[in-house]
Amino acid sequence: MTAAPQTTPVDQPDVDEASEFARPWVTIVHNDPVNLMSYVTWVFQQLFGYSRDKAELLMLDVHQKGKAIVSHGARERMEHDATRLHSYGLWATVDKQ
Amino acid sequence: MTMFRRVGGECVADFREDEVRVLRKVAEEVVGLLTEGFERDDPVVERLFPDVYPDQPRDSAEFRRFTEGDLKTAKIDQAAAVLAALPEDGRGEVRLDPEAAECWLRAINDARLALGIRLELTDDTIVEYELEEALAVDASSARVFQLSVYSYLGYLQESLLDAIIG
Repeated sequence: MTAAPQTTPVDQPDVDEASEFARPWVTIVHNDPVNLMSYVTWVFQQLFGYSRDKAELLMLDVHQKGKAIVSHGARERMEHDATRLHSYGLWATVDKQ
Repeated sequence: MTMFRRVGGECVADFREDEVRVLRKVAEEVVGLLTEGFERDDPVVERLFPDVYPDQPRDSAEFRRFTEGDLKTAKIDQAAAVLAALPEDGRGEVRLDPEAAECWLRAINDARLALGIRLELTDDTIVEYELEEALAVDASSARVFQLSVYSYLGYLQESLLDAIIG
């Protein structure tokens, strides 16, 4: 076994700023009166590999607030996510963050 | 009502004759809606194929041009998987491997979405009350039938999901 290297990182870029710059697009899932809560949770787990707890929180966010951001990244990636969500019958759109 | 259960790696249910008939009708209607009955401005189609950019019709249309065909084919295949697994006639057992189970789950969901639009369900709708009201008006109406089917499919979908999760 080996210990983690004890070095101090130098000139770390500001992670928040970097990701803000690289990820201006988001996929949004909107609430609808039909989809079962259990099903939406399961879809989030399937598509994004989230734990059950995380997927459930996200589902509740959609349910209670009317919509929630489910992924963010490059525009093409978000369009891909939205299409996959549509194939499961979820109401997804793409927008700029 | 019939429920799915997990047997080994499969999801299994024993359907009654009337359930088989309803499921066949529903799956055929979904296929019809996605093939010869396909109309872009049908609210059901708008719900099954939502605009990716609601405020930018041109971007949405452009995106749809590249993706709608595949999405439509996938949805038709899912509904066809339901038809393929149903007993030929009368009642009988349905056994779904993991792939078929997921097709059923998605196809049932599409059917519920379509019915939800036709029934004009909203977040405030309580289906049981709607059904009571519709029964009081006319027990033999199309609305009573559609609400009953909608509720049955919700129940079936939940039981299938439980069986898939295991």
